[in-house]
Amino acid sequence: MGLEDQAAVKRVADEHGSDVVVLLGTPDAESTQTLAQTVVTGDPSYAGPLAGVPLGLPVLHVFEPEVKDQVPGDVYEAQVALMEMSLDRDAILAGLREARKTATT
Amino acid sequence: MRPVIRDVSLVLAHAPSFVRLGSKPLRELRRVDAPLGYLLPYLRDWDAACGYAPNQVFIGNVGVDDLAAHATPWHRHPVGGAQRFGPDGEIMPEHEFLGLLAACDGFDLLALDRDVADRARTALDTHPLIGRDSGRPAVPSGVAPDVIRERIEKHRAVPLLGVDGRLLGAMLPGHDEDDTLTGQVLMENLACKATAALALRHLLARPGAVAATDVRYVINCGEEAVGDRYQRGGGNVAKAVAEWAGCTRATGSDVKAFCCGPMHALMLAGAMVASGLHDDVVVLAGGSLAKLGMKFQGHLKHEMPIVEDVLAGFAAHVARDDGTSPVLRLDAVGRHEVGSGSAPLAVVKALYTEPLGRLGLTLLDVDRFSLELHNPEATEPAGSGNVPLNNYRTLASLAVVEKLIERADIGQFVRTRGMPGFSPTQGHIASAIPYLGHALRGLTKGTLTRTMFTGKGSLFLGRMTQLSDGISLIVERNG
Repeated sequence: MGLEDQAAVKRVADEHGSDVVVLLGTPDAESTQTLAQTVVTGDPSYAGPLAGVPLGLPVLHVFEPEVKDQVPGDVYEAQVALMEMSLDRDAILAGLREARKTATT
Repeated sequence: MRPVIRDVSLVLAHAPSFVRLGSKPLRELRRVDAPLGYLLPYLRDWDAACGYAPNQVFIGNVGVDDLAAHATPWHRHPVGGAQRFGPDGEIMPEHEFLGLLAACDGFDLLALDRDVADRARTALDTHPLIGRDSGRPAVPSGVAPDVIRERIEKHRAVPLLGVDGRLLGAMLPGHDEDDTLTGQVLMENLACKATAALALRHLLARPGAVAATDVRYVINCGEEAVGDRYQRGGGNVAKAVAEWAGCTRATGSDVKAFCCGPMHALMLAGAMVASGLHDDVVVLAGGSLAKLGMKFQGHLKHEMPIVEDVLAGFAAHVARDDGTSPVLRLDAVGRHEVGSGSAPLAVVKALYTEPLGRLGLTLLDVDRFSLELHNPEATEPAGSGNVPLNNYRTLASLAVVEKLIERADIGQFVRTRGMPGFSPTQGHIASAIPYLGHALRGLTKGTLTRTMFTGKGSLFLGRMTQLSDGISLIVERNG
């Protein structure tokens, strides 16, 4: 996650506290894992504003059923379905599961 | 009168010493204690850049399918017997490019070291297309090192240091109090002009090419905004390049649309020809110095050479139908309109389904699609993914949505109608254009019937609209 995006996430988390959920639209397993880790346990590269800042935010990916079920079907079709078909959905969600597992250990 | 694309040239200038002047390295190296040594182990020599398979594809010596079969990582598997010149252009060595820069500088702002200038002149004078007798401006004499140092220390000239740290020259600002004419900005503009000029001279040197004096209009779609403090993007690189290349009866203008610029420019050139306004129009662009080394941190992290060490340029000749050259279909231009929105499905339908449908065609009637062709070896180490592959998969997914193929056939669609990314990350030029040389050959001498070129532009980066941009063009076999 870029330094500016980290700063933006930190600002929103500071302003809204526990009401914040992070929704990812990352295109592969590696970036999913890295971004999830960044907003949960802190910036793994120790370069940005979230270095050493474990926000512990709930993090979901837009491909997850919990998210998909809350979006009107036609909106999901127009906005997300094409990308879901073209990307490796299973690998992305596996990356997210891995990040969650790491965060709880 | 339907327009055709008669020819295209695609050139690279190897510029490892300029990597430190790229926007990202320039900013990051300020935070490093020993900036010269920091990049040194990762900067390639010309032999490595010339033998780099994606660069050989760029100038037309290696086919896109050959690249797909080439061993990876490409930077560890050079092309055997790689040549500087190819059917589409060349890969110019840096010591020669320095001479080209100086010969393109009409205001004596770039001063080269005396020895550097002598070496550059000797090399450039023997160039087969822009040699001593080609009518181009001469490479001026260099100056003594203490003169260069004085310009740097007292007149805010930007130093140009060689890969090894040697002082090669310096670029003076064009004005003492104009942020749009600093040495850095002018170096970027000059690099853009020089690479575009090289591409244009290649185009004009082709057998049967239009005479320089018959070119009536030049459209530049390069990335640099040439101007002054009262008009930052005033222009006009097109006319500057036309002048340098001897197109004495031409005029021109610059077209801007971020990385979508070349598609707009080709469309406009086609429209000029179709309307009868001009018979011979050239679309061209030079390289982006600011983008050199853009992803260098990823390359350092992965202990690989900085492959973003080349400036790119291209020039295309759009002309009246000659009965043989591939046709630019103005009746099926795909447009991302203001109302198209940003939803992926709507965008791809606007750029592909709608224009193809107008001709009664589908995605399966296009042999090859040329999209953003960024070299994944430049982007993946920096976490930016494989841009062409992702875009080809999205396109294939559209074919699934339209029930043209099964989901299981996405991979085959990508392999046969797409191609691996091979362009340096030079923004506008990476945007579909690098395949044009291969396409013109395939559509005239090969087996291709129809190709489609799609450019996209991130307009939101300029902070004046949240919109992106996109244009697609069909280029097909004549007759």
